[in-house]
Amino acid sequence: MTSPLNRQIRQVILDQSKRAGVGHIGSALSIADIVAALYSGVLRVGEKSEQARDRFILSKGHASLAVYAALHLTGWLTAAELQTYCGDGTLLGVHPERELRGVDFCSGSLGQGLPIGAGCALAARMMGSAHRTFVLMSDAECNEGSVWEAALFAAHHQLSSLVAIVDANGQQALGRSREVLSMEPFAAKWTAFGWNVHEVDGNNEGALRELFGALDTASGAPHLVYAKTTFGKGVSYMENQVKWHYWPMNDAEYQQAVEEQKDRP
Amino acid sequence: MRRAFFQTLTKLADEDPRIVLLTADLGYLALECFAERHPARFFNVGVSEQNMVGVATGLAEAGYLPFTYSIVPFSVLRPYEFIRNGPVHHRLPVRVVGVGGGVEYGTNGISHYGIEDVAAMRALDGIAVVAPADHLQAVAALEKMWDWPGPVYIRLGKDDKTSIPGLDGKFEAGRLQQIGHGRDLLLVTMGSVAPEAVRAAELLAEEGIACTVAVVASVVPAPEAELGALLRETRLVMTVEEHVPSGGLGSLVAEFIAESGIPCRLMRRAIGSVSDGLSGSQGYLRDRHGLSAARLRDAAREAINRRAPSPPIS
Repeated sequence: MTSPLNRQIRQVILDQSKRAGVGHIGSALSIADIVAALYSGVLRVGEKSEQARDRFILSKGHASLAVYAALHLTGWLTAAELQTYCGDGTLLGVHPERELRGVDFCSGSLGQGLPIGAGCALAARMMGSAHRTFVLMSDAECNEGSVWEAALFAAHHQLSSLVAIVDANGQQALGRSREVLSMEPFAAKWTAFGWNVHEVDGNNEGALRELFGALDTASGAPHLVYAKTTFGKGVSYMENQVKWHYWPMNDAEYQQAVEEQKDRP
Repeated sequence: MRRAFFQTLTKLADEDPRIVLLTADLGYLALECFAERHPARFFNVGVSEQNMVGVATGLAEAGYLPFTYSIVPFSVLRPYEFIRNGPVHHRLPVRVVGVGGGVEYGTNGISHYGIEDVAAMRALDGIAVVAPADHLQAVAALEKMWDWPGPVYIRLGKDDKTSIPGLDGKFEAGRLQQIGHGRDLLLVTMGSVAPEAVRAAELLAEEGIACTVAVVASVVPAPEAELGALLRETRLVMTVEEHVPSGGLGSLVAEFIAESGIPCRLMRRAIGSVSDGLSGSQGYLRDRHGLSAARLRDAAREAINRRAPSPPIS
């Protein structure tokens, strides 16, 4: 099932990218379904004073517009705040800032989210809290050695409340991931590192929500959700096109992208 | 310094359940006291310093007071960007502890020297930088700084025997500690090389040259008021540090003199080039880089003899 949030998130991504005249659109669209699943009943978002809230780390921070959209649509960011996206003096830059309501950690430097998430999950265990930590990474981010340091640590300590989601769109900044630096066999690597690996269609919001709901976050190994996605999902001319890692839309491209959303289920 | 430090941390952890100690697989014969007394709050994360800082960031966000431990370059330089984006940018109370500040790991070679750490940490906005001069001051610094509201970098030495006469284990954030008072020369020093500066002052006194020694353990926040007062009453200041000349204590004093318009000459004694690969004991290296008491004395004597006599002290 696709939530009402899903279409709205994509609309906000298109509207704000166009208004601000910025790129990273393909990356945000790539995770839109994952974010829609998380923010429609999975994540227990809370104020920073609520220690028992779930933690969410958007480690691939350059896709933050999808999260800003979800935070706005679920009442954590005002419309006025959203309108400052990528403006002067904004907290809503390309990469998220912790000063924002609903944002637990700043990000932007790839490979830092999972170590921090491991610390969050360790803290939850030490304080006897059932809250969970979700870290959303890109597949190319797993080029970073620190991801594997954290993978070792989390498995060694059986941090079952840690859920790493990999947005596996097979594409990175300068080309196809398999051509830049092959990570295959990707799932087998995580299995070998001692994680529970769950493969899922990362553009199927219902399947994602069902999977998140079924994870045993109270015992056993940490979880790796291997979410296979399409870069730029939902806008035909952006799908799997590297240029939409960078480019802003012109008027015609924006109109077409908006029109295409009307045809989506 | 480090044994006394971790014995004190172990006691503090008896009282405060927020204290957690993380090590990247170093600290033999130093961390056992904590590990045995607080096993549930001690984690050897393995040889993975970036992950250690990340984990500490997550723990601190949840309300813990995590201390990370390794040898200075592995504690600071390897995970530097994790420190910058983690505890520093998030203003979280992680305590980064580095042992072997300077060239204490002498024969281990340049990979183990901690000679750029203070510059690196001073460049970050909002992390306190503490470099105790002996084990008594290390304990005092920990007792004052363990619950400091933001992140802290603590630069330790291994020497648990030397204690500096006149320092008496005093430490205060934003303050310096003054040993002796003489207006011919101001020696400003930090960290485990401080005993060389104190000894140099004694050697100079035998020659009739009166020195003040200022021990700056609180590098950030810097002891600006006291430093300014001491600089204004001398014509010659020598900074003494086991650190590269750029960005450390000598730079701090140079910046202060320049911005305050104080008419005083600065000589920076620091670790020069180590790129020739020659290593040796800490004593050898101090002498080689002009940081032994005798070489500090010689340099000071020469500088004093070369300049015009000081004006009468008002």
